Amino acid sequence: MKITKNEVIHVAALSRLDMNEESIDKFASQIGTILEYVDTLKQVDTEGVKPTSHAIFLTNAFREDEEKEHLDRENALANAPEKEDGNFVVPKVIA
Amino acid sequence: MKLYELTIEEAHKLLKEKEISSQELTQAVLDRISAVEEKVGAYVTVADELAMDQARLADKAISEGNISPLTGIPLAIKDLMCTKGLRTTCASEILENFVPPYDATVIKKLKKLDAVIVGKTNMDEFAMGSSNEHSGMKITHNPWDLTCIPGGSSGGSAAAVAADMCISSLGSDTGGSIRQPASHCGVVGLKPTYGRVSRFGLVAFASSLDQIGPVTKSVTDAAVMMNAIAGYDAADSTSVPKETPDYTSVLNKDGLNGLTVGIPREYSEVEGLDPDVSAAVKDAIKKIQEMGAECIEVSLPHSKYVVAVYYVIAPSEASSNLARYDGVKYGFRDKDKSELTDMYRSTRSGGFGPEVQRRIIIGTYCLSAGYYDAYYGKASQVRTLIMEDFNKAFEKCDAILSPTAPTPAFPIGEKVDDPLTMYLSDIFTLSANLAGIPGISVPCGFSAHGLPIGLQITGKHFNEEALLRIAYNFEQATDFHKKKPSL
Repeated sequence: MKITKNEVIHVAALSRLDMNEESIDKFASQIGTILEYVDTLKQVDTEGVKPTSHAIFLTNAFREDEEKEHLDRENALANAPEKEDGNFVVPKVIA
Repeated sequence: MKLYELTIEEAHKLLKEKEISSQELTQAVLDRISAVEEKVGAYVTVADELAMDQARLADKAISEGNISPLTGIPLAIKDLMCTKGLRTTCASEILENFVPPYDATVIKKLKKLDAVIVGKTNMDEFAMGSSNEHSGMKITHNPWDLTCIPGGSSGGSAAAVAADMCISSLGSDTGGSIRQPASHCGVVGLKPTYGRVSRFGLVAFASSLDQIGPVTKSVTDAAVMMNAIAGYDAADSTSVPKETPDYTSVLNKDGLNGLTVGIPREYSEVEGLDPDVSAAVKDAIKKIQEMGAECIEVSLPHSKYVVAVYYVIAPSEASSNLARYDGVKYGFRDKDKSELTDMYRSTRSGGFGPEVQRRIIIGTYCLSAGYYDAYYGKASQVRTLIMEDFNKAFEKCDAILSPTAPTPAFPIGEKVDDPLTMYLSDIFTLSANLAGIPGISVPCGFSAHGLPIGLQITGKHFNEEALLRIAYNFEQATDFHKKKPSL
């Protein structure tokens, strides 16, 4: 198996996803098949090849630091599942 | 005359001559949606009232002598472009009730031209899929055969155009998501050069690959839509500050003299290439030669690695982009959890469907300590080689021809539990996204079972004109685009 059940559990935790036993088995098998296929990349000689993260070569996109049209607080909060006094509410972080 | 069957070009002419009003046209489209939506399932949201309001404004503008090429034209928008005040779900339960407080730049542009937005179309959840079976909302059916997939991820947009449930639509393309469904539904789909159209307000899947583009009934309409949406936008730091041409200026039947088209040697070796698709594309190539284009063989030696590279890079970027869905700022939250991390985990597992979770896991794995170099690093290097292949090929030709998809639309359910086989069906489209080049799919035939087949034309960065010119001449010389599915 290319990816173990424990690795799936570890990566799911990193991704903030809960997995039940059934999903772990299914994902380990499906993702294992995909990663095995991806391993064909090992055949390619990439010695000295620069990686590409972006297909169009743009240098930094600078602009003046000026205030422009933006969302006001009410609109920014409009879709929040829970809000209070103009803030997002989250479950207690510090016990 | 059935108004909903009109192209943008035809409807514009009638609106301009005041033969019809936008309200009549929009009502005809809305009635058509009511009549066939149950069969096709193209829409997540139909915006009847908003559409009629916009149609009234369009009619007012026309009566005052202000008419743009899109004034009063009913359009459908893939449900991952933010529309102010109109629900935008990405076909995901996690965004089921999300109402954007702003418009994507492309939507702003369409509204400025007095276009009418009739609704938001179905898609694979967060644009992850090639069949629309991964929608968290509904299944979309191919109008040509309701037991088949429409393609994906812009399957709703393509099905809506093919079934005349809008005059034209917008999709987005990360690995073929405009071109492949256009091919499967027998319509035109154009993925512009990366950076040509602003991605501001497009919900991100894989930011270095995503691009918005038109899905239309004709090549002319694709050019008209490109005129409306293309151009630099300061709000998208990856949009390119480059002048935008008038895309309709290349639409003439002068033939294809002086153009050279390349046929990649490696594409004939693709496993699983359907014989009907192969035959239709060969005929199309012959036709394009007859119209004056010189046809040469080119080589894209790294073609066989395209799927592997894509299915590392796209999930990696997605795993990062989708970290924002945490149940805090917008979207679904599992309110039963009293601890923050539990809330995140439960919200995300409950809100994302299986394909999205699968890709988040793959992406996180490929980016994680110990695996980064072997997966993301390696894929990014091979991406460079794929781009270099295209650069070399385009030294010898103006455009590259291929099938859009290796098979016609497949039956619903056939590949849904076999992700790798599904991914392999993207073989011809993925490379354009990795290289950032434009690509168009135009109807070029039908399979023995009567399903549409698409020809893909890809070209050099920022040379959409060459694609439109070839596609237009091919379309005008053939009848495939005139055939409609019976519903």
